[in-house]
Amino acid sequence: MMKKITALLLAMVMVFALCACSNNNDDKKDDDGNKTASDIKVGFIFLHDENSTYDLNFMNAAEAACKNLGVEYVFKKNIPEDQKCYDAAAELAEEGCNIIFADSFGHESYIIEAAKEFPDVQFCHSTGTLAHTENLSNYHNAFASIYEGRYLAGIAAGLKLNEMIANGDFTADEAKMGYVGAFTYAEVISGYTSFFLGARSVCPSVTMDVTFTGSWYDETAEKEAANTLIKNGCKLISQHADSMGAPTACETAGVPNVSYNGSTVSACPNTFIVSSRIDWTPYYEYAIKAVMNGETIDTDWTGTLKTDSVVLTDVNEKAAAAGTADAIAEAKAKLEDGSLKVFDITTFTVEGKQLDSYMADVDTDKDYTADTEVVKDGAFLESTYRSAPYFDVQIDGINLLDTNFGS
Amino acid sequence: MKNNNREPLLHIVKRGALPWYKAWGIRLLAIVIALVVCAIVTMTVTGENPIQVYATMIDSSFGSERKVWIFAQNTAILLGVSLAVTPAFKMKFWNIGGEGQILVGCLAAAACMICLADTVSNGLLIAISAVASIAAGAIWGGIPAFFKAKWNTNETLFTLMMNYVATQLVAFFVIIWEVPKGAGQIGIINQSTQIGWLPQVGGNKYMLNVLVILALTVLVYIYLNYSKHGYELTVVGESERTARYVGIKVEKVIIRTMLLSGAICGLVGFLLVSGTDHTLSTSLSGGRGFTAVMISWLAKFNPIIMIFASMLLAFLDKGASAISTNFGLNHSFSDILTGLILFFIIGCEFFISYKISFRKAAGKESAENV
Repeated sequence: MMKKITALLLAMVMVFALCACSNNNDDKKDDDGNKTASDIKVGFIFLHDENSTYDLNFMNAAEAACKNLGVEYVFKKNIPEDQKCYDAAAELAEEGCNIIFADSFGHESYIIEAAKEFPDVQFCHSTGTLAHTENLSNYHNAFASIYEGRYLAGIAAGLKLNEMIANGDFTADEAKMGYVGAFTYAEVISGYTSFFLGARSVCPSVTMDVTFTGSWYDETAEKEAANTLIKNGCKLISQHADSMGAPTACETAGVPNVSYNGSTVSACPNTFIVSSRIDWTPYYEYAIKAVMNGETIDTDWTGTLKTDSVVLTDVNEKAAAAGTADAIAEAKAKLEDGSLKVFDITTFTVEGKQLDSYMADVDTDKDYTADTEVVKDGAFLESTYRSAPYFDVQIDGINLLDTNFGS
Repeated sequence: MKNNNREPLLHIVKRGALPWYKAWGIRLLAIVIALVVCAIVTMTVTGENPIQVYATMIDSSFGSERKVWIFAQNTAILLGVSLAVTPAFKMKFWNIGGEGQILVGCLAAAACMICLADTVSNGLLIAISAVASIAAGAIWGGIPAFFKAKWNTNETLFTLMMNYVATQLVAFFVIIWEVPKGAGQIGIINQSTQIGWLPQVGGNKYMLNVLVILALTVLVYIYLNYSKHGYELTVVGESERTARYVGIKVEKVIIRTMLLSGAICGLVGFLLVSGTDHTLSTSLSGGRGFTAVMISWLAKFNPIIMIFASMLLAFLDKGASAISTNFGLNHSFSDILTGLILFFIIGCEFFISYKISFRKAAGKESAENV
């Protein structure tokens, strides 16, 4: 017994001794004056590793931005959305990072915890919703007007449907698209609605079925969802989920696919039409430069087509309809000069009526309080009152197959 | 010419009890060999310097005060679950439902934090959360035990299935409490008010968890070795018939032990939700319910040895992620290293219980092959 107690005590002593003798690297603090690239260290937190198309898109941008600016950077991959995220952020701060980025929605509240603890370090969280209500000077959100990219991709989808109708593959009334979504979350709703509106702007008879997998990354579920949509008569598929499940299902079935997060042309040479994605490089460069120059970073930063944050891949001529690239370029110019708006309220109806007014849940709270009027001057102003999307309206023409939230 | 009675090349012979220093010598040797094999694998597969790889692993757990605390927290939680499943395993009740028992504990704590915020005082809320979590875990462990005791159902399958039920229950409530709508996640509960959060002890987020688990270790040690309950469950584990013969009510012992096992898992769930993570998600238990089974067996149900086994696994886990991050290797590579090391550690137990003698050495002991 005595020996066991001694062993226990020893174990305790070991733990505490290790705490005592380890040293604590204080982060270099230099509040005033500019810093050169060599003074700056940037930390990045990613949910998965490069096998996820979502995270890979962030990693490529992070590498590009840091190389362009010549700053040192550290990656932390496979960081789950729990206390480990806080731990990772705090470790990065203590290792001397001046600015830390996190890429996943669920990281947000843990990054806020770290931001409270390290007021001299800037924390930037992509896709989050809380920065504008949190009142922390060193915590920032960022997103991009990806709905514009989806709208342009939708045009490519509509033109493809038109081509298939003209070829006599099916009638105009049968023009139905399928969409594989992750959750019934505003970001997804905003995405599929803008995609649908883009398609309908060139193919007026189109309808769309949307199904949800209840996961951001579930290859099997996404593949099955795409197969079910195809079986139910969908002539073209798009998706908002992070695996290759839907694109590969389309390639196998020979059904055209409009992708997301990046090109899938190498795996799907016959069915890939075009893909929209957010390029995070401009934001990363902007935020890191702000730290270098001692400037404040916007609480909510929304990248646009103009900032090169919203980009489309090259159109795959083999699968796309003729004239797709030109049509996209034309609409893109209109979106940029403001003459075309994605959520123009004259282009869609909700339960048969025009949406003249809508209160959205912009300030996130657990009761989902609708707090902000977001319809102004004939359009739903997406990503204006905060960077993350808040369009969560069910418009006519889109049919939700299920609301399977899954696990 | 033909000798049909030829002795086989090797004999596997059961050993008597080894003196403790020999047994630990074998274990130490196994770890050294494991590290050498890992080094060779690392060099040939990735071309990285193995010394640097090990330095990275050590740095990831001990490189700064914060890292040591994170390591202590991970060890403590893992140890807590191992302590929880141990009474059941010592009774030879295959409780692989630790995962589900933790999750219902988490769920109960989160439910209290969300539903009772602003209705009772903070101290009372924490007490209610703790009791609710422990009770939830106990019920989740008690159900399969009741069925085992009454109708001799298979506890391995039953506890495993209970994991899935718990996971889906948590998934269901995540959707009910999700913020913002549709996001499929809860985020930190009561982030601004910190209602229902355990207080920090000594200015450190993880100190309280470590202290609670250390106290629990001592209690479980005493319970298993110096209490009547502990004796009874050991006898049931050795032989149910003997237990019945000496007048132990086996059914009662099974249910009582599993209530305890589940209750400790529930307590760990409470520490996770109220103490550190302050959220609810299906991945909160993080496979610890299964890792704990290994730790419990590795330590031969000795809570003191479990401290070291938990430290080792927490260290390997953190080190493995650090390797994949720092050297740009795929996360699977770190899993390979962890697998190799565990293979040697578990494998060496064979050589502690058995020895191999070769044909040539008739009568004589050949060199131990470890």
